[in-house]
Amino acid sequence: MVLTRFGDGELIEVDGSKIKEDLQAGMEDASDRGKIAPLRSEDLDRLYEICTRPGKMVGVEKGNEIIMTGDSPSIGSVPRGFSVNRLQMLQTYERVCGMDTAESGFIDYSYKAVKTVATEERSWVEQASHLLTIPLFYGAMPDLGRYSRPDGPVHNWAELLPQGKIGESRDAQEEAAEYCIKDLVYVASEMYEGGAEGIDFDTTGAAGDADFYAALKAAEILKEKYPDICIEMGMAGEFVLGMHGRLTYDGVRLAGLYPHEQVKLAEKAGVTIFGPVINNNSKKSFAFNLARAVTYCRACVEAANIPVHPNVGLGVGGVTTVEVLPVDVVSRVSVAMAEVGKADGL
Amino acid sequence: MIATHTLASGMGGLRTAGDLVARMQMTGMRVGEAKKYVAGKLKVSTRDLADEVIMNEVRDDLNIGRVVSHHGKARGIQAKMNIGKLLNLELNSVRRFMEKVN
Repeated sequence: MVLTRFGDGELIEVDGSKIKEDLQAGMEDASDRGKIAPLRSEDLDRLYEICTRPGKMVGVEKGNEIIMTGDSPSIGSVPRGFSVNRLQMLQTYERVCGMDTAESGFIDYSYKAVKTVATEERSWVEQASHLLTIPLFYGAMPDLGRYSRPDGPVHNWAELLPQGKIGESRDAQEEAAEYCIKDLVYVASEMYEGGAEGIDFDTTGAAGDADFYAALKAAEILKEKYPDICIEMGMAGEFVLGMHGRLTYDGVRLAGLYPHEQVKLAEKAGVTIFGPVINNNSKKSFAFNLARAVTYCRACVEAANIPVHPNVGLGVGGVTTVEVLPVDVVSRVSVAMAEVGKADGL
Repeated sequence: MIATHTLASGMGGLRTAGDLVARMQMTGMRVGEAKKYVAGKLKVSTRDLADEVIMNEVRDDLNIGRVVSHHGKARGIQAKMNIGKLLNLELNSVRRFMEKVN
């Protein structure tokens, strides 16, 4: 019998054959939905070994280490309720945690919100760029929903759609995307000129295909403006929601794209590092979710010409959906993504 | 969570050569190519890049910043100036810093 977990984090004890069965099912689910190649039998064997390896914490073999980027570690103290400023948080990640990169960010993690305090943000990003030795990113969400009423200037497409006002809904999303592109380019330019070495468009596509479109267009404009800029694009979900349904980029319809297709458009837009998201199903086992996530990740890595850093935080990439994450789960996801998913980083 | 990932599969950042490999990824290199590039510049093997003992000495010799920050040694923007020269990169933070100094 093997101690493992459910997708919601519950500790369970199951027979090894059940883990093998769930790994196979998770892999087939990803392969069917994404229309991507299944994992090889030796990959499934390796995932089984990772799932059942004794020990609370597991790690990669020496030489298989990969690069860590993170979405806004500088504001990590706020939800945890302790008083440390953002510069101190970044130095802690650099000098205590051994992070490969650092990311600065604002507690209202949205480019639209940062726009109003961009000059102040740039000021502390400049200080951080002098203090840190590891590469410094600035990150926030494109967050297209913020541009709809009552928070923003355009009609709320989530209200228009149930009324059957499809055309008006599409017009509103297109208008919101134009506002969003301007804010992404403005804030990213401020931070890059302040000394940040990378820009992170995190949780891209959270509001659907128009959200993804805005981030792609902003990346394109920024790459033209600053050819050396590093842009990381982390996604919001495993496929792009078709809230608009007809938006295209480079002739490709955005709605419904899976990670191995998303990354090709990100490359065309000038994105440097791509972060696919694979959603967790809390009603399935950890083994099911892990195999599913690794199958998607592997297909994305094989399709990509740029580094791929899958998202492996709460509820994504095989990590259980629970507030305090179990170390056994997180470390097994880490190893599986590096050694079977062939990720360039996390 | 970040600490767990870093321990399980991370390169180690300033403790090793993780920040240097990250910098090459930020130019678009895949992880294998980035490791080979950095290892060549540091004249070590790719496996050595994530070894704390070896890399602490290499970083000290090259004055590119270490996790233990001794007086008289480069840190922060100073270390990044040396890293840029070592990796043949024009780092944005260094460029912006020099614009203000010159």
